[in-house]
Amino acid sequence: MEILRPSIVGSVESNDILIQIEKGNGIKINLESSVKKQYGEDIEKVIIDTLKELNVKNAQITATDKGALDFTIVARMKTVIKRATKKGDVA
Amino acid sequence: MDKTVRNKVNIEIPEYIEGYGKVKPYAGAFETEPTGNKFAPKIKAFKNGEEKILKTLREGIEKSGLKDGMTISFHHHLRNGDYVLNLVMKEIEKLKIKDLTIIASSLTKAHEPLLENIKNGTVTSLHTSGLRGKIAEEISRNGIMEKPVIFRSHGGRARAIESGEVKIDVAFIGAPICDTMGNMNGKEGVSAFGAIGYAMADVKYANYVIALTDNIVPFPLNDISISMDYIDSIVEVESIGDPTKIATGATRITKNPNDLLIAKKASEVLIATKKVKNGFSFQAGSGGASLAVCKYLREYMEENDIKGSFASGGITAYLVELLEANLFESLLDTQTFDGEAANSLVRNKNHIEMSASMYANPHNKGCVAHQLDLMILSCTEIDVNFNINSLTASTGVIMGAIGGAPDTAAGADITVVVAPSMRSRLPIILDKVTNVITPGDTIDVLVTERGICVNPLRGDIKKLLEEANIEIKDIRELKEEITKITKVPKSNEYEDKIIGVIEYRDGTVMDTIKQIKM
Repeated sequence: MEILRPSIVGSVESNDILIQIEKGNGIKINLESSVKKQYGEDIEKVIIDTLKELNVKNAQITATDKGALDFTIVARMKTVIKRATKKGDVA
Repeated sequence: MDKTVRNKVNIEIPEYIEGYGKVKPYAGAFETEPTGNKFAPKIKAFKNGEEKILKTLREGIEKSGLKDGMTISFHHHLRNGDYVLNLVMKEIEKLKIKDLTIIASSLTKAHEPLLENIKNGTVTSLHTSGLRGKIAEEISRNGIMEKPVIFRSHGGRARAIESGEVKIDVAFIGAPICDTMGNMNGKEGVSAFGAIGYAMADVKYANYVIALTDNIVPFPLNDISISMDYIDSIVEVESIGDPTKIATGATRITKNPNDLLIAKKASEVLIATKKVKNGFSFQAGSGGASLAVCKYLREYMEENDIKGSFASGGITAYLVELLEANLFESLLDTQTFDGEAANSLVRNKNHIEMSASMYANPHNKGCVAHQLDLMILSCTEIDVNFNINSLTASTGVIMGAIGGAPDTAAGADITVVVAPSMRSRLPIILDKVTNVITPGDTIDVLVTERGICVNPLRGDIKKLLEEANIEIKDIRELKEEITKITKVPKSNEYEDKIIGVIEYRDGTVMDTIKQIKM
């Protein structure tokens, strides 16, 4: 899937993650997290796996995590990709 | 490599710690007996016609004979609203006195200017119950102090002062009301904070005591908590602090549904133990689910016409409400947790002030903590042996306090820990906590929203909960269940440098805190 427009989803509330997606060359992830030391690699892996699952090959991701669990990260990723790849005008 | 020893909670500690001294390893909650005599300060005479009230704080400090390398003490009843410590340190800085040790009952956000005093060598040693914010970050991450910070519980601090393990040269006391001879209390005046329990040991054992006050009244004051025979000098200042900043939201009943669920389950556990009956005694830590337990207990007490004996500890406005609703005979208070509750000490005869020693010192002739039936504690981490941490974050950074946790856990018949199963993804149950503050053999039950665990040492409690049809989980199984959702957090890496020593209430060493590897 191709990223057509930048999109953003989520929040910086505790246990949530704010994810921003933009057009990119290859996959680039810029992660900030309150638990980066403990879970940084885990979070990046979930992001990359979700991109792969939805066949996104070029995207720049900026994520601000406040301790979101994996299923939250997956849900936020799927939504942000859906919004960024939807054809036609998006309100 | 220095010689090390394993203490009772299986933590390896050096036999000698630079900047601390020889280590007595923790041997069990009541295994280490006191020896020797109490410490006594110098005898002094006050001559007729002498004036105690000095014109400036500087004059007081000079008169006290404060010199390089000495020890000064503070109390933190005004918490985030305290001005006293900063006022005093500013004057000391001007006098260019260096290499001081500070023995504070605790340090709060209000004391952040202390960071400068540490960086420029005015202060080279800290003893406290808690540490947060920038100072804690700088010490944890950058090791800005040569000597480790010594952490003690409230009871442990009173014990260390009485035993002479720490000797205070000059004590600084913030008094919201003080007469011209130094009689004072903490509960009257515009800066009233309530009980003045922590400062009571300081005035008795310090060689010189300076009272800072913004409210001098004629001699004699009617209601005396600390009396004139302990006070050397009185200094009038514009304000000793802002009592509206004592409470920081931690003293209201939470609206967080998860905390309320945990509190409800905890109250069911307490009721199942059959301890909630006429004449029972109770304490709950502030914040989150802990305080909310009171709300559910109250419902049960009202429905069943139960009146408790006492509630103790840091007294909140909510506990005053319970007292005034006639649900407890009395409150025992060493530190009033919000400005609103301070006035209760004036209007309620059964809201009783106590010193930190009477509250929790294990080495005196009887403390209130040992009279407790039920204790509710919160924590940042708990391990599979029920050891709890409330001082350091999972990142290894100091961010909390010991408070009265080890004191009350050791003293209470039943100690229940309430905590969410995870916080910001971090699981609450671990194989090993970042630091042990309160030993597991004094912790009896863990209540989380995902399950309740009983310490295997307490078969009696397990039986009572089973009779009440409360489901119990093995703590290791609950740990697995939680980490399945959170995954296992990567553990921290540390430097060799010890930046903090955690003493148990009896003066033995429970754990050390090391500098974080960056």
